[in-house]
Amino acid sequence: MAVYNLKINGTRMEVDVDPSTPLLWVLRDHLKLVGTKYGCGIAQCGACTVHLGDTAMRSCSLPVSSVGNQEVTTIEGLSENGDHPVQKAWLEVDVPQCGYCQAGQIMSAAALLKSNPSPSDADIESAMNGNICRCGTYVRIKKAIKMAAEEQAS
Amino acid sequence: MTLVKTSIGRRSFIKSSALAGGGMVLGFSWLASCKDQAAMEAALAMPDEWFEINGFLKIGDNGLVTIMSPNPEIGQNVKTAMPMIVADELDTAWKDVIVEQAPLNTDIFTRQLAGGSQSIRQGWEGLRLAGATARQMLREAAAQAWGVAAAEITTSAGMLHHEASGKSAGYGEMASAAAALEVPEEVEMKDPKDFSIIGTDQKNVDGKKIVTGQPLFGLDVNRDGMLIAMIVHPPAFGMKLKSADTESVKSMPGIRDAFPIVVYPEGAERQWSDGGAIPEMVAIVGESTWQCMQAKKALQAEWEADGDLESTAYHEEALNKMLDTAQDAPARNDGNVEQAFARAAKVVESTYSAPYLAHNTMEPMNFFAHVTPEKAELLGPIQTPEFLENTLASVLQMPKEKIDIMMTRMGGGFGRRLYGTFAVEAAMISQKMQAPVKLVYTREDDMSQGTYRPSYKIRYKAGLDADGNLIAWHVRGAGTNDDLVFENRFPAGAVDNYRAEKHALPTDVTTGAWRAPRSNFIAGAEQAFMDEVAEAAGKDPIEFRLALFDRAISYPVGDPEKNDYDPERYAGVLKLVREKSNWEAGPPSGQSRGVAAYFCHNSYVAQVLDLTVEANAPKVHKVYCAVDCGIVINPLSAKNQVEGGIVDGIGHATYSALTFRDGRPEQTNFDKYRLIRNSEAPKSIETYFVDNGIDPTGLGEPSLPPVQGALANALYRATGNRYYEQPFFGERRIIG
Ligand code: FES
Ligand code: FES
Repeated sequence: MAVYNLKINGTRMEVDVDPSTPLLWVLRDHLKLVGTKYGCGIAQCGACTVHLGDTAMRSCSLPVSSVGNQEVTTIEGLSENGDHPVQKAWLEVDVPQCGYCQAGQIMSAAALLKSNPSPSDADIESAMNGNICRCGTYVRIKKAIKMAAEEQAS
Repeated sequence: MTLVKTSIGRRSFIKSSALAGGGMVLGFSWLASCKDQAAMEAALAMPDEWFEINGFLKIGDNGLVTIMSPNPEIGQNVKTAMPMIVADELDTAWKDVIVEQAPLNTDIFTRQLAGGSQSIRQGWEGLRLAGATARQMLREAAAQAWGVAAAEITTSAGMLHHEASGKSAGYGEMASAAAALEVPEEVEMKDPKDFSIIGTDQKNVDGKKIVTGQPLFGLDVNRDGMLIAMIVHPPAFGMKLKSADTESVKSMPGIRDAFPIVVYPEGAERQWSDGGAIPEMVAIVGESTWQCMQAKKALQAEWEADGDLESTAYHEEALNKMLDTAQDAPARNDGNVEQAFARAAKVVESTYSAPYLAHNTMEPMNFFAHVTPEKAELLGPIQTPEFLENTLASVLQMPKEKIDIMMTRMGGGFGRRLYGTFAVEAAMISQKMQAPVKLVYTREDDMSQGTYRPSYKIRYKAGLDADGNLIAWHVRGAGTNDDLVFENRFPAGAVDNYRAEKHALPTDVTTGAWRAPRSNFIAGAEQAFMDEVAEAAGKDPIEFRLALFDRAISYPVGDPEKNDYDPERYAGVLKLVREKSNWEAGPPSGQSRGVAAYFCHNSYVAQVLDLTVEANAPKVHKVYCAVDCGIVINPLSAKNQVEGGIVDGIGHATYSALTFRDGRPEQTNFDKYRLIRNSEAPKSIETYFVDNGIDPTGLGEPSLPPVQGALANALYRATGNRYYEQPFFGERRIIG
């Protein structure tokens, strides 16, 4: 066990866990931030996507010991009132079905728009290919990302 | 307006003290559109008092209405749609509605089950009555207050009006008096043309919570003192636990206990929802998920054979053998197919197959349980809470009154959560631990302890006369644990000589319902074969099908009552998709086009799909989809269901397969089991609903089955190859 002082959603949080513990389980079990989801545990589905700095990361495969001083943003901290352009577009397009994969989808989309404010279809597809949606909401996801990009530009 | 006797669902209109207390407020329908904080806060103003009018709804003194959504929410969006139906008959404004998930309550609600795309169809009348009854009681209360006749009182958007006297009041003002009235014997229901909420686009009531990551799902449940439980189950179907060294994992960090557990003790009653149950396994209980995962990995256990250790090669061979064997007693036999084939100008014969599939809901199986000698509290994702209650009563030896089951929103169902053995496991572990536990399956547990979509094979043979008319159709299908063929579906009734045979191969690999059971394979096979037959007949594939429907309409073969489908509605969706896709003009240049139509879950779907084949994979540019599911409650989310089914259908037919070696699933996570991804989904989907005012039918499943046929048919036009084996572009790809 070891103590880690993490910077999550702008707040310092301390946990005492085994160094091998993935950030996902630190968030979910120890910090009760359950918006970040478990889907596969092997960086294949994207349900656990968070931002490390500005980069989308699969938190299930990121040991807490490697987070260090980097800023972690989870779905709970993406915006104060749920009004990030991506979240707004998600609601406008009514993307979710079961909703389980959507936190990860939104975090991937938000990271994409940060690095590429007006992504092409191909850019969207390659940035979002790591996020599985069993309900099949991909068509709406694409539409919502384009809507968010437009809103950000205006 | 129609007068309806309330006796149909009268027990639903008793009051429930359990619901009167308020419960958990799960979402404001309008929150999604709330722009500023002040408006949000103002609107959040809760009433001082709620008045329960009946088990489905209560009205606050300020006019807010809480509507219970009785059925489990698995992503099919009934949590928005079912309350919309109540609200419309109540004649309130949708913005004033709060939706709550109802707990299991068999005194009030009927069929609290998510399955067979039946929630809306079977709930329709009861939901309408619940709203209409409450509206009538509000009118009666106003009539008494104003000293006028109830018949003279009209309603609109949560207001009561009496034109002659100019009096009006909000529902909130009359709620208290209405709640004290007797349930009326007879109520007025709206004429569908007067619906004001049904048929409008309404956003998901949980939308805001979903996009902000609020705890909604079973896996998100957290309680004081809650422990995490995991299981280690036999690694292969046909194996059972021999011994496990639980002692050495008990000393691992954070582990509280580890023990073999018999989930279904001797004498425990099993029902269909316990399908797939593994009677004995090892439970590991600890403080955190990661610690349990480590102990799970470290556990040394021995397993022994308890049945056949089947491999995919065996399933294939045994199913093939069944297809080669004629059945003495066919499920349906019209005319004489043998004679017809003998005189046919052309005979076409093909065999289609598909592998096992795992459900792979994105949220793995899990359940919270707190079992004490006094009561059992269960909370989690389950499609069949009523059946779970029966099983729990038996395994826990506890009367049902002491068992409380509450459903969380589910991260997908697709049939997997019909089989609630994981909830039974959670309850047994909690009972043993005398502590609240949340049982969590890893993805590997989830994929390797499934109730899979069976593996299927089907052989079709068709005979055409010299003019290209279909004169004979012979289908023989076989599946693992499932006999596959629906003998009374199309083209039964449209062909003079028709024979349907079906076989089931009993196996140790557990199977169950998977989104659109059977249809999820047979539709694609049948519609691909129909395309081959139309081609052999030298006819346009849509014209060829329409001629068969004409036949089934004008002089059907056999008793038309026996046929599952209505040929007019079937033909209707084909004609609609023909028009919308501009079928005669053909696909955009360079693209190839396929068509298919299917009936299942009481609904009709036809699709036209345009694709190109690039880098040895289909690139689907567009899917046009025509749907006849009667009245559409919420077009915005209905289209989402249709789109999802199309993506899901294309994905599984193209990429997914679960194979076995010596009883072990060979794919246990998404590195080996392929699911469709963003770049592989259709670029665009256009959905059109037939507007016919017929009572609503299923929608969560029907768009999935036919798209596999439309895909296969478009692939044929693009490549010149027929695609007989699913997955078309997975590892098992074989081109005929
Ligand atoms: S849970 Fe991390 S990628 Fe699937
Ligand atoms: S919305 Fe259900 S998995 Fe994506």
